[in-house]
Amino acid sequence: MARNWHLTKRYWGWEVVWFFYSLTSGLSVVFIAQGAEALTGTAPGFDVQYLTMYLIIGTLVWRYLSNIFMLTSEVIAWERWEGTIEYTLMAPVRRWVHLVGQTGYSLIYSLITTLAIGIAMALFFELDLSGANLLGAGAVILAGSLSLIAIGIVASILPLLYPERGAQMTSVVVASFLLISGVYYPITVLPDWMQAIAVVSPVTFVLEGTRAAVLEGAGLSELWAYILPLLVIGVVALPIGLRLFRAAEQFAKRTGRLKRVG
Amino acid sequence: MSTRHRPAEHPALDVENISKFFHLPQPPLWKRLLGARVELPEPGELPAVVEGEKAPVAAVDHVSFRIERGEIFGVLGPNGSGKSTLIRLISTLLTADRGNAKIFGVDIRADEMGAKQMISRVSVDAAFFKKLSPMENLLYGARLYGVTGAEAKVKAYEILARLGLKRPTYTEPMEEMSRGMQQKVAIARAFLTSPILLLLDEPTTGLDPRSKREVRAFIEELRDSHDATILITTHDMEEADLLCDRVAVIHEGRLVATDSPAALKRSIASNGEQPTLEDVFMRLTGEKLVDHDAIEAARS
Repeated sequence: MARNWHLTKRYWGWEVVWFFYSLTSGLSVVFIAQGAEALTGTAPGFDVQYLTMYLIIGTLVWRYLSNIFMLTSEVIAWERWEGTIEYTLMAPVRRWVHLVGQTGYSLIYSLITTLAIGIAMALFFELDLSGANLLGAGAVILAGSLSLIAIGIVASILPLLYPERGAQMTSVVVASFLLISGVYYPITVLPDWMQAIAVVSPVTFVLEGTRAAVLEGAGLSELWAYILPLLVIGVVALPIGLRLFRAAEQFAKRTGRLKRVG
Repeated sequence: MSTRHRPAEHPALDVENISKFFHLPQPPLWKRLLGARVELPEPGELPAVVEGEKAPVAAVDHVSFRIERGEIFGVLGPNGSGKSTLIRLISTLLTADRGNAKIFGVDIRADEMGAKQMISRVSVDAAFFKKLSPMENLLYGARLYGVTGAEAKVKAYEILARLGLKRPTYTEPMEEMSRGMQQKVAIARAFLTSPILLLLDEPTTGLDPRSKREVRAFIEELRDSHDATILITTHDMEEADLLCDRVAVIHEGRLVATDSPAALKRSIASNGEQPTLEDVFMRLTGEKLVDHDAIEAARS
């Protein structure tokens, strides 16, 4: 956590650049809602404001979750790149303490940066959030973070075992979640086989729960239907992720794969 | 052996018959699933090369030795002789195929965490987060080893000053430092966590003569002031002669001799000649420790 904080402080200029990049790319997606009417003509019941909010939630939630995932999985990729992986893995620290500590920063960093982008977007589109249950949305997102950390830890096995290609392989995992989880569209538009995968994706639960809280003002009792499965997935996936990472570490030590620097 | 050694209940390091092989022929997957294991070769033997497969390698081949507390023990050998693999095995970064090691009586397999608490390793390539400063890297390392931030900061200032680093460089990114400086910081990082067994894997390789002298002096000082035991690998004979109480000569993964530098030299002395450690190595292995001709050829 301290190491990442030092890096953020030292390269704060990049943080500013990334903030504007994320904001502008988010805005360009949300403008699809503004332009939909001009592109397709007016249809009865078409609600620009609703679609705008729908896409903003997708953009922000996806940014938050993918950031957590990437930062968690990239921890090992960075160590591979810098050559510090052996130093870290021979330290007398339990693997779960090491990995959970590393993910703590990704959680806080993603939360703060996504919140800042969310505020900027809300101001830009002059959104009316008076009916939104923002606290409920926050609870859904935090519950979903656990699962994404677990999946991120599993994904970090790839750069542990494959220094050259592992980091790129984690991007495939992220892209797959983007496709199937209904980030910018409801999962009902997907082919049946994709929908079957989408319903077990924690990202789908987070998006649907957040949209219910913000767009429909759903209360905690209704949101529980999203929070409970997310917590269950998280509580089950986290120890599995740690166990798999530990097994991969043992395999790397047996086969001498820790030595190679990507 | 130096008179600095004190008797202890357990040796600082007891390596027994440790071996690591790579690219050994594997049984078919179905047999492995049924519990079949790779057949490990006997000392000095390797299975035949299977066509289309990588040649089997005995990186460390049935190596045994013992290091007493407070000793500086050198492992002398050319590149590819198994020195780094041996250090990795002791550091728990590689799992041995056969044999084991005990650090102050703690079995590195049975109690990996206990062993890790007593050791630190400096590798030939000083690995750091290069965008971070020496101070930030030291603090990160210290936190990994459970040293509190405040305590680590005080110790880091002391050690960095002792190494002769100028104060402004404490906060500059490591990537802007010379390799010699980086290596000094690597040794500082190792000592920040007060290990009682320090594993130094060619710590002076690539350093200029002055930096080498400074690093050696630092190692000796730390041994004396921190009650640390040091295992150092090197292919620098002068370094081994000056620093080590005892040296082991490793060749193709096997230890071929272990004794004090003086005793090793005496063992091959004849007709009043004063042999060097390089002479010892050549006599024992039939090879030069450092192939100066090859280095010259590579330079030209």
